[in-house]
Amino acid sequence: MKTESQIRKEIRQFVVENFLMGDASSMLNDGESFLETGTIDSTGVLEVVTFLEANFGFKVEDRELLPENIDSVNNQVKYVLRKQNAA
Amino acid sequence: MPFVCGVAGIFYPESRSVESDVLRRMTRALTHRGPDEEGFHEEPGLGLGHRRLSIIDLSTGQQPLCNEDGTLWVAFNGEIFNYLELRADLEKRGHHFKTRSDTETLVHLYEEKGLDFVDDLNGQFAIALWDRPRRRLVLARDRVGIRPLFHSTLSDGTVLFGSEMKALLAHGAVLAEIDPVAVGQIASLWVTLPPRTSFKGIQELGPGRMLVFESGRRNERQYWRHRFPGEHEYEERSFDYWKERVRDTLHDAVRLQLRSDVPVATYLSGGLDSSILTALVKRHHINDLITFSVGFADARFDEREFQERMVHHLATDHRQIEVNGDDIGAAFTDVIWYAERPMMRTAPSPLLSLAGLVRQNGVKVVLTGEGADEIFGGYNLFREDKVRRFWARNPDSNWRSALLSRLYGYIQRDPKAEVFWRMFFRNGLENVDDPYYSHRIRWNNTAQMKRLFASDFRAQMQSDEALMSDLDAYLDPGREKWHPLCRAQYLEMVLLMSCYLLNSQGDRVMMGHSVEGRVPFLDHRLIELAATIPPKFKIRLLEEKFILKRAFAEILPPAIANRPKKPYRAPIAACFMPGKDNLGAELMRREALEKTGFANAAAFERLMQKAGPEGNTLSERNEMAVATMASLQLLHHQFVTDFQPSRVRVAARRS
Repeated sequence: MKTESQIRKEIRQFVVENFLMGDASSMLNDGESFLETGTIDSTGVLEVVTFLEANFGFKVEDRELLPENIDSVNNQVKYVLRKQNAA
Repeated sequence: MPFVCGVAGIFYPESRSVESDVLRRMTRALTHRGPDEEGFHEEPGLGLGHRRLSIIDLSTGQQPLCNEDGTLWVAFNGEIFNYLELRADLEKRGHHFKTRSDTETLVHLYEEKGLDFVDDLNGQFAIALWDRPRRRLVLARDRVGIRPLFHSTLSDGTVLFGSEMKALLAHGAVLAEIDPVAVGQIASLWVTLPPRTSFKGIQELGPGRMLVFESGRRNERQYWRHRFPGEHEYEERSFDYWKERVRDTLHDAVRLQLRSDVPVATYLSGGLDSSILTALVKRHHINDLITFSVGFADARFDEREFQERMVHHLATDHRQIEVNGDDIGAAFTDVIWYAERPMMRTAPSPLLSLAGLVRQNGVKVVLTGEGADEIFGGYNLFREDKVRRFWARNPDSNWRSALLSRLYGYIQRDPKAEVFWRMFFRNGLENVDDPYYSHRIRWNNTAQMKRLFASDFRAQMQSDEALMSDLDAYLDPGREKWHPLCRAQYLEMVLLMSCYLLNSQGDRVMMGHSVEGRVPFLDHRLIELAATIPPKFKIRLLEEKFILKRAFAEILPPAIANRPKKPYRAPIAACFMPGKDNLGAELMRREALEKTGFANAAAFERLMQKAGPEGNTLSERNEMAVATMASLQLLHHQFVTDFQPSRVRVAARRS
């Protein structure tokens, strides 16, 4: 079980490394939509899924592939916490 | 007819004598455009140079060419397809011709009509005309920019001009310096807005424009522009009427463009447009027609199945080359040498190699299907715009947004991510009054690549506001009265077609092997006709190019006529992975990126790692970022670091 702040840190780091190519200065706020800000495109969503599964050790079900779970740092943190608690 | 040509020249504000060696150096930088012969005209204040591929009319076809008393001189590149009609008319008015070339038509037409002479021309051309009594220099370019023309004014008022920028750079007074604003425009709009070019201090004469230098003044005007009816002002005519007119006009365009004293071939991509063109030429004009096509080793991009179907159907004498990632990477160096700009695609590479194949087969003139997608509404972008406007009327509708899934079948994606894929198109959905509604998603998505540039290079680019204000200023006003499809078509024609496709995928890569391309779909009569056809006949529900398909259904096999549109694309990152043996790949290495300072080198290194061992796992926009940076590096290397105006191709040619 990872703490909320640990989860948040890892997700932010993933976004910076993988979508911003290391440019932490252009990191968006935790509540901002990845899609609306153009940070990730539609194929990027699959990279997010791969990351979540590898990093937090659970499987993302097809029905969970929703903006509410994926489309911002905050949404991902909440989603990971829910999945951890359910496990 | 003059055929494959290059034009260069110098104009002095005072009657100074021309530096002959400089004029020759400038002209010879264009040797690939006309490898066999050259001609010069010098008089106080003016030097005109011309490169020509000698094919016919050797005795009288040389340029520059003058009128009877030597007061008017002209050098031009391209074709005037209606020169026979113009000539007959001018002879009736008492003009005497001493050659049978179309160049001479220009001289007499100018004598008759002055600066309005361009209005009568049906053709693809870049013209430099000198009117000695007035001491007037006229530069003019065809309506949609099929042939290129550049100019530069030095601090002492001297004007340099030429078919390619390398001719101007060969003069020596202008040094190539990459314009960060131009790179920023490409990173959003995919093109630079004329008159801006890749290089500071060099201007492009925009399509449909004429530039006149006279009595110390310069005056530029646009003599032709795209026009569409108001959204509710279409002629009430039957579908059959429009179909008939499309058929007649394209027939006549093909007839005129086949005027040539050497064999003409066609490109056959396997798509609708080149199939129609090939069928028309084969059936009505040339029975022993040769056709050419590109095949891709990578099945994702290959269309040979459809090409072969058409070849079988029409029984043409077909020749093809197959290209793989190594070929594309190798040829890209030359592509940038000829195209003189950064670009977000490698798709011109196979077309340069194809022009090489054409030349090896002794063919010098090729007809291509370019332009049909723009004038008849063939691109997915147009259908995307239509679906999004439909969706915007009921943003909560699931099935409305589901229509989008029909459009992009060729982009591999995981069905699980469908909801996100649609959300991508949800951005700005309700802003249907945005004049750039059709293109905004594309531009915003592409602009994300800017974060891969070094921050101080990026800081020299335009702000988004400045970019959009330049764009507004470049485009014609009054577009809000047009049907949304026409607004989108206009943007696509004026930007991507005229400022990228016709040169980087057309003139430049064909001229690289001294091959002349002709584009019958861009006969201005057909462009003007297509603009007046009601949008419902161009895109019927979601079926693209509906009227074109119906107009020519009987000459095509059903498998071609009913085939969904597939865009012409080529692999990118796979061509420039570390270890690939080409200059582009070498210049994408971290040390090389750090040396020029355009890129955030660490970010690019990460991106190339992300591309995977085969270089094929990047998203579209990241692929485009790689092409843009590789081309920028190649541009800098070949024009700034190591400029050799008379260099020849570097890449190994396939034989």
